[in-house]
Amino acid sequence: MEWLYLASGLFLGISLGANDAANVFGTAVGSRMVRFHTAALIATVFVILGAVFSGGGTTETLGQLGAVNALAGSFTVAFTAGLSVAMMTRSKLPVSTSQAVVGAILGWNFFTGSPTDYNKLAEIVATWFFSPILAGLFAVALYLLAKRFLGTARIHMLRLDAWTRVGLIVVGAFGAYSLGANNIANVMGMFVFANPFDDLVIGGLFGFSGTQQLFLLGSAAIGVGIFAYSHRVMATVGSEIFKLTPLLALIVVLAKSLVLFVFASQGLERLLLSAGLPTLPLVPVSSSQAIIGAILGVALVKGRSNINWSVIGRIVIGWVVTPVIAALMCYVALFFVQNVFEQEVVASVVTM
Amino acid sequence: MFELFGKHKQIEADIDEFLDHIVEGGLLFKKGVKFYLDGRKDEFEDRLADLRHLEKNADNLRRRIETNLYTKTLIPEFRGDVLGLLEHSDGVLNQIADTLLEFSVEQPETLEDLNKLKYELAKNAIKASEFMVKAIRAYFRDLATVRDQIKQVNFLREETNRIAEKYKRDVYSRDLRLSHKMHLRYFAVSIENIADDAEDLCDRLAIATIKRYI
Repeated sequence: MEWLYLASGLFLGISLGANDAANVFGTAVGSRMVRFHTAALIATVFVILGAVFSGGGTTETLGQLGAVNALAGSFTVAFTAGLSVAMMTRSKLPVSTSQAVVGAILGWNFFTGSPTDYNKLAEIVATWFFSPILAGLFAVALYLLAKRFLGTARIHMLRLDAWTRVGLIVVGAFGAYSLGANNIANVMGMFVFANPFDDLVIGGLFGFSGTQQLFLLGSAAIGVGIFAYSHRVMATVGSEIFKLTPLLALIVVLAKSLVLFVFASQGLERLLLSAGLPTLPLVPVSSSQAIIGAILGVALVKGRSNINWSVIGRIVIGWVVTPVIAALMCYVALFFVQNVFEQEVVASVVTM
Repeated sequence: MFELFGKHKQIEADIDEFLDHIVEGGLLFKKGVKFYLDGRKDEFEDRLADLRHLEKNADNLRRRIETNLYTKTLIPEFRGDVLGLLEHSDGVLNQIADTLLEFSVEQPETLEDLNKLKYELAKNAIKASEFMVKAIRAYFRDLATVRDQIKQVNFLREETNRIAEKYKRDVYSRDLRLSHKMHLRYFAVSIENIADDAEDLCDRLAIATIKRYI
């Protein structure tokens, strides 16, 4: 039964793979700079690496917001987060899995009477606003650097094309690693405190913790989503929505990946701490919103005035509506799971 | 990765070779016109044969570049522009070769005192095509200088038109048969068209260059 509970997390993983891999490789595949199978393989391998080796930081933050400690509770949180993402997508509102998961965890907190760390919540909400802005700033800086370099480098157009292809693959791999590291918390974070896996030691040398096994499973689900469903999304991203040249796509994807990385990297956090600098919170952020921030940054610096501000308005509406809907749905669903299906949704009083 | 850079390098070399053919074609044309005006028919025919051979090679090269760009899905966002530029520049080479062929077929009766002006006309038209090639090379490697090369082409096209007008006025002011006047005018127009075609290509090139800026 406990394995069945993980299904909702795996469902979230598949949908994340289908949608978010397109943000990493969409333009590259849509413009046929990179073959789909190459992109899918690289994305899957690096999502798994990012999730297993760097996924701990963002998961810890979600745990501080609400430590969902019973498998039926985790299942409900993941299921309602996935459902609210599906509903929002149907009503064509730009939606973030991260925001749905945070909303669902809050719903679990309210239902079980577990305390909510409002400082942590404020920190998480602040990153939702900050991450697209940071992506925009990164994109502007990278764009200006690239423009300056290409203005003086005198690289033949065909050689630049070859380098762009290499760049799209390398940046795509980095983007997939950052996606795994940052977003695995959305897929499996709610199962960490009710983890059915035991720690393993392979050959007496390599330790493989239960959480890492959980993340491996979650990231494998993301990989399934990439291979099974992301092809059409990539083609859409590449040819219909963004209309970026491959070179601009490289800049935008790198900016987005840097944002996901800085909000997920414990190594960077340690580095900043050791230098006595303020650190960034390790929070799962929306890759779609980060990429929109990056595109807006490039559009503004290129002097484009035809920005569709209604899209920005819809994103802000999504920021507010998604967590509220997810919290409400989770609250109602937990009531049914606990009282109708008689499943344990909270193990004991959660201490923060 | 080595294979990726290898195939890019091969097409890069093919494009350079194709553009070399246009420059070489222009030089053969100038030599051919000079020999024709000087009455050195055999040497003229040799140059014409070389030019026709070169034109054929350039056609094959252009087709190979186009096929490779498509089958290897290279430069997806600029492929249309590049193919358009290659086809139009091949058109300039065709115009050069066709004009010299017309000299051989129609054997126009030239006017000795106007031969210098006619050669001047041919030199300017070919110079326009040479700067067109420089502009195309700059489009591939050094966008900042494309504008300068296009300016040169515009200037040389105007200069060619000016010389052609002078030549035509001179021919029509003489006491010659109308058919003779028309025949000489036709050759002046044919040579003039080389510079006009070069300028048309540069108009396309100016737009394509704007698209290449990131």
